[in-house]
Amino acid sequence: MDRVIGLLVNPVAGVGGPAGLKGSDGAAVQAAALARGATARAGERALRALEVIAAEHPGATVLTAAGSMGADAVAAAGLSARVVYTPTSPTSGSSEGIRIEAAGAEATRTETMGAHTGGTETTGTVTARPDTTCTKGMGIDVIGFSATGADTAGADTAEADTDGADAQGAGAARAEATPADSAGAHSVRPKASRVETTGADTTGAAAALVAAGAGLVLFVGGDGTARDVAAALAATQTPSVRDSSAPASPNRVEGHPQHPVPILGVPAGVKMYSGCFAVSPAAAGALAARWISDPTLPLAEREVLDVDEEQIREGRVDPKLYALVNVPFVVGRTQSRKSATAASETAAVGLAARGVIDAMRPGTLYLLGPGGTCREVAAQLGVPNTPLGVDAVQDGQIVKLDASEGELLELLSAHEGEAKAMVTVIGGQGFLLGRGNQQISARVLRALGPDPLRVVATESKITALAGRPLLVDTGDADLDRSLTGYIRVTTGVQSAVVYRVAATS
Amino acid sequence: MSLPVAPKPAVRRFHQASWDEKIIFELSTPGERGVLVSRPEPGVRSAVGDVVANLPVSLRRKKKAALPEMAQMRVLRHYLRLSQQNLGADLNIDVGQGTCTMKYSPKVNDALIRTTKLVDLHPLQNEADVQGILDLIWRLERMIAEISGMHAVSLHTSGGSTAIWMNISMIRAYHASRGEADQRDEVITTIFSHPSNAATAKAAGYKVITLHPDADGYPDADALRAVIGPRTAAIMITNPEDTGIFNPRVKEWVDLAHSVGALASYDQANANGILGITRAREAGFDVCHFNLHKTFSTPHACGGPGAGASAVSEALEPFLPGPVIVRDGDRFSLNRDRPQSIGKVAPFYGVVPNLVRAYSWIMALGAEGLREVAEIAVLNNNYLMKRVLEIPGATAPYAEGRRRIEQVRYSWEELHADTGITTEQIGVRMSDYGMHYWTSHHPYVVPEPFTLEPTEAYSKDELDEYADALTQVAREARENPEIVRTAPHNQTVHRTHEDTLDDPEKWAITWRAYQRKYFS
Repeated sequence: MDRVIGLLVNPVAGVGGPAGLKGSDGAAVQAAALARGATARAGERALRALEVIAAEHPGATVLTAAGSMGADAVAAAGLSARVVYTPTSPTSGSSEGIRIEAAGAEATRTETMGAHTGGTETTGTVTARPDTTCTKGMGIDVIGFSATGADTAGADTAEADTDGADAQGAGAARAEATPADSAGAHSVRPKASRVETTGADTTGAAAALVAAGAGLVLFVGGDGTARDVAAALAATQTPSVRDSSAPASPNRVEGHPQHPVPILGVPAGVKMYSGCFAVSPAAAGALAARWISDPTLPLAEREVLDVDEEQIREGRVDPKLYALVNVPFVVGRTQSRKSATAASETAAVGLAARGVIDAMRPGTLYLLGPGGTCREVAAQLGVPNTPLGVDAVQDGQIVKLDASEGELLELLSAHEGEAKAMVTVIGGQGFLLGRGNQQISARVLRALGPDPLRVVATESKITALAGRPLLVDTGDADLDRSLTGYIRVTTGVQSAVVYRVAATS
Repeated sequence: MSLPVAPKPAVRRFHQASWDEKIIFELSTPGERGVLVSRPEPGVRSAVGDVVANLPVSLRRKKKAALPEMAQMRVLRHYLRLSQQNLGADLNIDVGQGTCTMKYSPKVNDALIRTTKLVDLHPLQNEADVQGILDLIWRLERMIAEISGMHAVSLHTSGGSTAIWMNISMIRAYHASRGEADQRDEVITTIFSHPSNAATAKAAGYKVITLHPDADGYPDADALRAVIGPRTAAIMITNPEDTGIFNPRVKEWVDLAHSVGALASYDQANANGILGITRAREAGFDVCHFNLHKTFSTPHACGGPGAGASAVSEALEPFLPGPVIVRDGDRFSLNRDRPQSIGKVAPFYGVVPNLVRAYSWIMALGAEGLREVAEIAVLNNNYLMKRVLEIPGATAPYAEGRRRIEQVRYSWEELHADTGITTEQIGVRMSDYGMHYWTSHHPYVVPEPFTLEPTEAYSKDELDEYADALTQVAREARENPEIVRTAPHNQTVHRTHEDTLDDPEKWAITWRAYQRKYFS
């Protein structure tokens, strides 16, 4: 039986990019972008992906959120939308009366404070920081219908289209009628009505999609959206096997994880440091279409990173690693089989970890960085691990879990003998240092000595860089410079690649 | 039929045969026979006695072989039908299997190997009785030595990868003979060298370090400098690489290897673009190999038997597998007394029929002809590249604007981003036009890759036909992607499910395994 995808669109993703605003987080930025004449293109990009899915699976049902959060695009692509989430809209709140132009409509925008969905305990392969919800006020025009009643869940698109035109907040919008009988023929922006969606809506919608049975969450947005989706998935995961004697840590995983719902990003944001995006909307659609009908499609673990946009605007880039997620992953198919290759990325991660463990030396203190590959190293060593943090390991034993920079420095000053930081490639940009593993700071690296790094990554992560160098950004230009050049990356048992490292500074 | 016959469209209206043929085991009828073998005459019976009694127990079957029982005509029909469901090198414009060098294998050479002179030879015959074939093999060795510039040649191996295995075995033996076997535990290769270099080195116990290309697509010399050293046993590289880009600094690479005491091994499996133009010796290599079924026209034979030729410097000659053919005046003999030899890499003297074909091919062309092969192959490739790069969405990553040698690894990355159509889908659709198409070796460095290699065998018209079909499919990807996604439409089977190849529980490469895994 075909599997069902869930679609989630962040309607304002990417709105800040063309306006030169370095991102789209926050209501004020979105308003400013719209004031500069920007239009949100997330809906168009969603439609592009969905058209590819529709071509392969005509009439397929897509679980989604109401209006511009997904249902409009699903309808426009001629697919059948089953709405399982409707954005909450505190329209009774104060309106700042910002007038914006979008989607051919004028509307009064209501400033919304993002809700916070923190406190999610994290277990399983999808792991996220408990504060991971990227709350963003999305003062947006909800395109298409914005059904708010619980009774819309499960309504098909055509019905929704006919009754949603004058949903809440639409008073000032010019609601255009959408032909109920021409799903597939109408534009993704046929009409505009106003409600508010927030980062909480993204997490809420993602959770609702999974709860309703979505096997893959296709989201349209950027890093902020990815982060919200990951947070929702982490909150909905079945707890993994856990050592009952170990204290429950919010971001610690022990034992073998369950197989969580994979996600796939349709690139529509301004910032995309995360490794969970397809190269284009059409490519995302093709991959999702294949996922629907191919239950054997392998998954790979990728990182979700996000930057504080305020910092970027101030000229600083300091992204944090928020989550590890599974994404559908296609290596070559039959015709490329002229040599043995790991049958899946999971197997490749296992081999890379094996390779780097083979080279571990007794007495050496290893600072095991974040990321799925390092977690696999810990798993094979049989030690607990902090997937999003840094653990210290020596002689197959945990010395310190989830160490801060200060704790690492203390460990190093107390340690006699060799110490190395074991890191993997974080995110889609190829960072070894400075993204998601800031605990391994310039001071820590200097304390490690002249050859501080052991790098482990799968071949596919290296080749995905398409020739771009691995990057280091410790904030210490001299140190960064000393780390540039070429580095060995362990990719398997008895296998390494030698790859160029560059500094961002 | 109405006349005149309508002109043919540029892109062929192909349709593959579909016989819906059963597996041969399912065609078996108990008692049916292709040949009724007469019982031996009483005199013969009494002379040889109980033949089976002389066989060791370990070699005797406990039950009869479960072979299909069929009449001759049925067997013939079965295989003819299957052959019609193929897109073999003799049927299609086989330029889509780049790196494999699918050139024409002249049929006259097949006639030569069917003569009784060759068919009736036995490898255990006395050397004195097989002077002719020893002479031929010796001559072919000398030709390969001349083509590579190397000192000595072995034709023992039955394929390209076994030839590379033989090379790394000799490299290992060489270092061992100098007491450096333990010290030198690393082999360096490049990501666009044939993956068999990494695979054989690893099988030989080495750690394998792979270099990625520099920004221009050339093997990164700085990366080599960063990693080469006293632990390096060898560099094992292809040139031109799978991208079709020739490393003009290859001598520098070899010199660098020698400067640290390492050897340099040259994968010339496909030397089609450099025959008579460059030689391994001039670049300083210690050892190289050719695939006779790539460069020297012998049939690829669906995975075997192929034939490999390894050529070595004087320093490595003692390590060649044995026995070697020695000429003394007009007489040829086999020298088995070679204490440093790596031993046998194949039974007897290699795949002799392919040696005869390769010998015949080289003799028919001569030195000038070999160089002309390379020149035409390069010209064909650059013509085809021009045609392919005119297709919107097709690119040739690396070394932009430069010519390539004998093949190009192209990318549909742009087309994929625009349409979601993958290179595999393009390949399947190409089969609807009667064209074979391949993607890339592992690993997928070039996104959405395809690798075309026209060789010298195809005419401009044929290259145009291939390019026209590719252009048509790329156009369909934009204008009618549905037809590409749902392809093939004109093929024997619709879709194959290659997932079974990823799962040891599901793959079945013998009838017995198929029965056990799916029906027990």
